[in-house]
Order: sequence, then C-alpha cells, then structure tokens
Amino acid sequence: MTTRMFGEPIQRREDPRLVSGDGRYLDDLGQDALAAAFVRSPYAHARVTDVDVTDALDVDGLVAVYTYEDLDGRVAEPLPLLIPHPSLHAPRTGYPLANGIVRHVGEPVAMVVAVDRYVAEDVASLIRVTYEQLPVVVGIAAALRADAAVHEDVADNVAAHLVQEVGDARAAIDAAPHRLHLDLDIERSASTPLEGKGVYARWDPADRSLRVYSSTQTSTSVRFAVAAKLGIPVDRVEVVTPDVGGGFGVKIVHPWPEEVLVPWAAIRLGRPVKWTEDRREHFISSAHERAQTHAVDVGFDDDGRLHGLSVTFAHDNGAYTPYGIIAPIITSTQLLGPYKPGAYRVEFRSVYTNTVQVTPYRGAGRPQGVFVMERTMDAIARYLDLDRTVVRERNFIQPDEMPYDQGMIFQDGRPLIYDSGDYPAALDKLKKLIGWDDFAAYRDQARAEGRRVGIGIGCYVEGTGVGPYEGAHVRVETDGTVVVATGLTTQGQGHETVFAQVAAAVLGVPVEAVTVVTGDTRRFRYAVGTFASRAAVLSGNAVALAARKVRAKALRIAGEALEVDPRDLEVTDGVVHVRGTPQAQIALKTVAVLANPLRYAFDAEAARATQFAVGGSLDKPPVADDDEPGLEATDYYSPLRSTFADGMHAAIVETDPETAEITVLRYAVVHDCGRLINPRIVDGQIHGGVAQGVGGALYERLVYDDAGQLLNASFMDFLMPYASEVPVVEIDHLETPSPLNPLGVKGAGEAGVIPGAAVLASAIEDAEGIPITRMPISPSELWEARREGRR
Amino acid sequence: MHEVSVTVNGVLRSATVPARRLLSDFLRHDLGCTGTHVGCEHGVCGACTVLLDGEPVRSCLLFAVSVDGAQLTTVEGCRAPDGGLGPVQRAFHECHGLQCGYCTPGFITTVTAYLRDHPDPTEEQAREAIGGNLCRCTGYQNIVASVLRAAAIQRGEA
Repeated sequence: MTTRMFGEPIQRREDPRLVSGDGRYLDDLGQDALAAAFVRSPYAHARVTDVDVTDALDVDGLVAVYTYEDLDGRVAEPLPLLIPHPSLHAPRTGYPLANGIVRHVGEPVAMVVAVDRYVAEDVASLIRVTYEQLPVVVGIAAALRADAAVHEDVADNVAAHLVQEVGDARAAIDAAPHRLHLDLDIERSASTPLEGKGVYARWDPADRSLRVYSSTQTSTSVRFAVAAKLGIPVDRVEVVTPDVGGGFGVKIVHPWPEEVLVPWAAIRLGRPVKWTEDRREHFISSAHERAQTHAVDVGFDDDGRLHGLSVTFAHDNGAYTPYGIIAPIITSTQLLGPYKPGAYRVEFRSVYTNTVQVTPYRGAGRPQGVFVMERTMDAIARYLDLDRTVVRERNFIQPDEMPYDQGMIFQDGRPLIYDSGDYPAALDKLKKLIGWDDFAAYRDQARAEGRRVGIGIGCYVEGTGVGPYEGAHVRVETDGTVVVATGLTTQGQGHETVFAQVAAAVLGVPVEAVTVVTGDTRRFRYAVGTFASRAAVLSGNAVALAARKVRAKALRIAGEALEVDPRDLEVTDGVVHVRGTPQAQIALKTVAVLANPLRYAFDAEAARATQFAVGGSLDKPPVADDDEPGLEATDYYSPLRSTFADGMHAAIVETDPETAEITVLRYAVVHDCGRLINPRIVDGQIHGGVAQGVGGALYERLVYDDAGQLLNASFMDFLMPYASEVPVVEIDHLETPSPLNPLGVKGAGEAGVIPGAAVLASAIEDAEGIPITRMPISPSELWEARREGRR
Repeated sequence: MHEVSVTVNGVLRSATVPARRLLSDFLRHDLGCTGTHVGCEHGVCGACTVLLDGEPVRSCLLFAVSVDGAQLTTVEGCRAPDGGLGPVQRAFHECHGLQCGYCTPGFITTVTAYLRDHPDPTEEQAREAIGGNLCRCTGYQNIVASVLRAAAIQRGEA
C-alpha cells in the first residue's frame, strides 16, 4: 500500500455534512408525520384511579388519545427484561403506559397523537388524571430500611443480591498486619446527550411493512423487540438509525415505551407518527446511573501490599430493572483495576427506589468501582506515609503475568482475564507527563504564595469489546467504490471514518473510495449494538475479516485475468498489479465487473462480463460451485472474551482557602487501548470522557426530594460543564496490542470518564488534608467538610 | 395565524403560523431548515443559535412573529460562497471540533459572529467565546482549537 490508512489521524468522513446542517437527526425526518406527546406522572408513587379525557376531546387537531386500557396483545404486557441474571431474583419492568400504578415521576400514563406537537401538548395538558398517592422510597438508605415498598410484592426493595469471592477475604483481612475501613459514596448522574430520544414510524398498508426510525444505540435489537411486541413478522419490520446526537449509554436501553407505542399508533392510525423527546422528558423518563454506597474493609502489610479486600455496596436501580444488573456487576469486577487484591470478596444489593430507572451511562459502574479502589489505595498510602504511586506500583499486575486471571465472572458471563497491559510503564509515563516527582516543590511555592494545591491520581482497567459478536459486509462496486455495512450504530464516535480506514487498509484502496453504513437493518441485519467501548473491537475486526475475504477473491479473479499466481499480486490505490511488475495490472473495479458474470450489459464496463466477452474454461460453470457472484463478502467477529484497556489519570487542583472553589489546573491522561486506528478520534473520545468525568466529580448530580421530585430536571439546574469548567487534557499513549483479535485493538469510548471522580477526590484530599469520601463535591460541601475536618 | 416573512441565508421565506410558534420550530418545521437543532428549549444549551440581523440569538427563546422582516443566518448559511465549507465549518472539520454534531450548528453560528468582531482571539478568548454553548461529546478542547483555526483561515493563513 502506498498510503498507510490504519493508524493515521485522518479527518472524519462524516464531518462535511454535519458542519453544514446536512445531518439528518430523528426530528429532521418525517415533517409530514403526526406528533405524539405523553401525559406523565407528576407523582413518584401513586395509584391511577381515573383518566378523564372529556375536556381534551374538543381540541382542534387531536387525532387520538390512548391509555393502558387501549393497549392490546403484547403491547399491554410489561416491557422486556433485556439481560436476565440468576442473582436478579426480583426483576421488574414498566409498561408502555402505566397499568394502574406509577412508580416514578415521569412515567407515561397516556399518549396523545395530534397534527403537531403544539396541539398534542395542549391535549395532554387537558387530560385529567386522578392519583391516589402511595408511600415514596427515595435513596439507598430508605430503600434498605424498607418502611415502604416500590413494588408491592418486593417488600425489602431488593431486586438482586450477588456475592463473588476469590479466596477467603475476611480471613486474609483479619490476618493482615494493618486494616482500614472506608465508607465511600457516589451520587446520581446521567448520560444527557444533547439530542434526546426520538421515534418515527411509518406503516405501509399495501406492503404490510413497518419502517421505524429511532435515535438508538441498537437498531437490530429494536427491530426484533418491535416485531415481537406488535406481532408483526420480523421480515416486515426495518429499523433505521439516522444521525444520532449522542448516546453515552442511555440509548442502548430498548424498547422504550415510545419505541413500542409510536409504531403501534402508526399502524392503528394508518399514518406516520413521530415523537421527539424534550429535555424535561429526558431527565424524568429515560435513565440515570451512578448512585451507590460502598463499605470497604482492606487488610495490607507494611509495604502497602493488599492481603485481602472486602467490599459491600448497594446500587440504586430506580423503579425498574430493564437492563438487569450490568452496572453493579461491572463495579464489582472492574473495581480491581490494575491490581492484585489478595483475597477478594464483593457483595452487592441492587435496590428499588421511586426514581427514574438506572441503566449504564458511559463508564457503567466503573467510575464507582475505580473511586472505591483508588480511595482505598490513597488511604493505605496515607496510613503508611508512603507515596501514593508507590503503593499502587507495589500492587500492580506485572506485564509478565499477562494474561492475568482475576478469578471472577465478568459482565459478559465470561472469565475476568486481562489479555494484556503494561501498568508500570503507564505509571512511569504518567508521572513524567504530570511531573509527579516535582510536585512537592510546586506545592511549597504555591503555599508560600498563600495558595492551596493538590495532586491526585487514578488508575483503571476497562473491559472493552464485549461480545457476543458483530458482523460486516464489504462490497466493491463496479465503479470502484467500496461499500461497508455493519449493524451497530453510531453516535459521534467517527465509525464512518475508522471502519473506512480498516477496509481501505485491507483492500488497498483510497479511504475516499469507501463509504460506511451503520445501524440500518435494511443493510445489515445481525448486530448487537454500540456500548461497552466495543465498536472498534467488534465491528472493526468484522470489517477487516470481511475485507480480507473480498481481497482474496479479488486476487483470485485478477490472477485468472492476468494469468498469474494470485500470490504474486498486490493492490495499490485500487489497482491490482503484479508485485515488481506494475505494468501487469487490472483495476479493482474491473475485477468487480468480472466477479459478476452477466448476460446483459447495462453499460460499456459491464459488457466485459457478458457471456461472449469472457474467456475461461468451458468445462466449468460461470460461477463455480463454491463461489458466489459479486466482489463482496460478509464476515463476523466474535471474541473469546473481552479485551482489557487501561489508563491512568493525574490532576492538579487548586482550592480557594476562603471560598473552597475548586479549580482543575492540569489534567493528564496516559491511555492504552491497544493499536490505535485513528489517534485523532481516540484523543477526541478521551477529551469528551474527561469532561464528563470532571462534570461527575464537581458539578453533576440529580437531586430528588423526599417526595421523589427531581428538583433539577433542566440544563439550568443540572450543571453540565461548559468550556469554562473543563481543563485542557494532556494525553500520552501506550499501545499494547490485544492478542485476542486480528487488529490488536481494544476499546476507547468510555476510558476518559472512568477515573474522574477518583482522580479529583485524590487531588482535593491532597490539597486539603481531609478525607474525601463522597463525590461529586461542590465548593459548599468542601467548605462544610473543612469545618467538620472530614468528608 | 400570522404571516411571517424572513430572509434566511439571503433568501426571502414566509409561512403562516400561530403566534406561539418558536423561531426554532419555524425554521425547522415550517421552512425546513433542519440544520438548526433544539437541545433544551430553555435557552441554556445554545444548539439552536442563529444570527438575527448578524447577532447570535437562541431561536428557542423567540417567537417567529417577533422577527418578521429580519435577516437570519443559520448553519446552512455559513458555507463558503462557492457552496463548499465556510471557514468556521472547515476549521471544525480540520480540528475534530465535533463528534455527534448535534450541538455543532450552534457553535458554528456563534463562532461566525464572534470572529467577525474579534478576528484574532487568544486561546483564552476563544474559550470564553464558546462559553455559552453546551457540548457533551468533545470536552471543548478541539472546539477551542477550531475557533483559533477558523480565525487563522479567515485571516488568510490557510
């Protein structure tokens, strides 16, 4: 190949349309569609005793109003439990429209369809719902006290209880020279993409087929779910994901009530229907994450080496568990980070509260786990008066111990075995990048100026690229363009660019010749979805495998045409030629023509493949028994296990001695996601992740009052960082290839956010000299903590 | 119902709408200019920013009837005269100043207006200039770089 595609920081293929206003997001589609709006519960827990639509029916432009009583077939059943688990003994999911009881503010009670959204909301405001309020459960402590139950038949509010243990952790802790106990809490936050959810459905009565557009992270699975719910043959349903304005986890959940009801209404009404979520709806009716309380017992020796670690925690799963217990399972396993814990015991309870359901948000349980482990490391260092990096280093898994089996079961149901990584090298890079060893002098200098500064560190290991599989189809067209289709979806990660790079590198064509389609079930029907930093690993490798098949076929056909051994051929800039003899060549587009034996010529190029034009043996059929027409191939990549990326972050903060304002002065990242396909895009993922990590550490929290009202359900009050709050991120990379997949890649999408709370807690604690045990932390909370001498 | 006429990206457009129609909805749904995005509908995120007689405004906080007769520039109007990418659009592309692209139109209109009045900002000023727009993907670092790059392009330092 003349140009190196793989590993180059090329500019994104998707940008020109997105910077020009030519993107097509969900609400840009279906301008002729009817609009849906929802009546949502204003109470956190209540019985719906009456829904009176009398006043609403007079509104001009109203098309339909639906309540639970109108639902039929499987639409009237609870939404699916997406990921069952044996320890999730009391799973509960909601209904598309509340069936008698609402369990959080924002739960849908009635659906309105009207000529436009203005009218639909007018109607919704005139529907009178009578509620009989029930006792409300808010917060983990109240859930565990169980004075009231979120679900009548789950009296203790415990949805799941899981214990994993490697060795005898309690005995190891008891026998250790030193022991510490810590209580560590993280509050609620949320994905909060700039574009909310949305669904647009059109039913074609003549074709008896349904097309659904959804702003989702998994179009293939929405297709199966919608077909199953509506009782339509899967073959008559297609789901298309348009441009998606961010996901960060929340859009992997499906089918949402609206994803069932909008197509259902479109079929009943015989007209296209669209629903676009507004900002308040997104806050009160989609999903949140992060809230957990943890109790840690750790035993260690004089060097700071762990002998035993026991963590018991509670996870607030909100009112329902559609996504199972993935987030707390991830906390319980990924908490271990790059360390050997000695014996390890982890136990968690996942509990119901009358709040919005909890499902993965970028990082998915890891920020909490890393916060717990890293706070523990800092506590050990402080107890032994050792440098914090020294304690970490002494507990690291060493490169020669890879692959390393942590002895547990990971979120994919497979063993928690780290495939590769070099943690001492990463730490070394980080210390140099941030100037760890020079910080004491800087602190002294700042102190002399009356300033208070601190440095913090956080290390993590992130299981990425979870299975079960992804696939790809690669086709060379007769004009030389290459079309790649993969089933998973895209929400800003630059898949159109990186998958084109992978295909271009394998096929030997310019990247400009490749177009990529994602998340369209018309183009690729089997896929899982975009989550868990898996797209580059799963679809990236699937594209490479499919492209390799295409390349092999192209070389075989070109070899026949040029009458040379295919092993002597290579492809450069879209031309197949004999290595060392460039004049013996055939364009890949011509190979594509020859790959499809024709009877009818549709243009001059095609004439080369017609029956009187082609040569070849008359003893063989035009398409061999083991061959297919066309220069195309499909392949799948299914990993044995997850890959394990890792990283270490360090930050320097300044805290105001008077006001306790917290400023991040520097933020450094060392990141290892195996081989980089496009460094520019990986760096962008890290920048954005860090911004969310800083937000989660210092600004973002979802505040419920005791009645279960979300008090800050707007961008006015939920403090997402602006440019003024986000530090410049300094990045260094390590590239430890994964031995598990052909490209040697690991995932990168979530990395930036994971250690945010841990790093900043470490830095604030260093600046202040008081324990920081709860995140996020605001200036007023830090101020209070100073008064109490702890937090 | 009221007839509202505005000049959008140099073209006179009109539609008959109720008094309560938001300018953002008017542009998107009545005129079909869907490049302008709606992120919060309460004026905080800035995704819906358009230029009203040259000045950046949040189109979700204005009624269409209140801007009758105005000149509007949306992200679609920030192109180069030849129809290619305009300097700010080009800079965002070159600097990876966008990921999902949903907030991007609001940034591009905001930055276009800013650079008209401040052709040579420092990095700190560039960060300040975008301080009223939310982005959930990029962490702003490459958006700041895009502002500086756009300024350089406009100064002819391409």
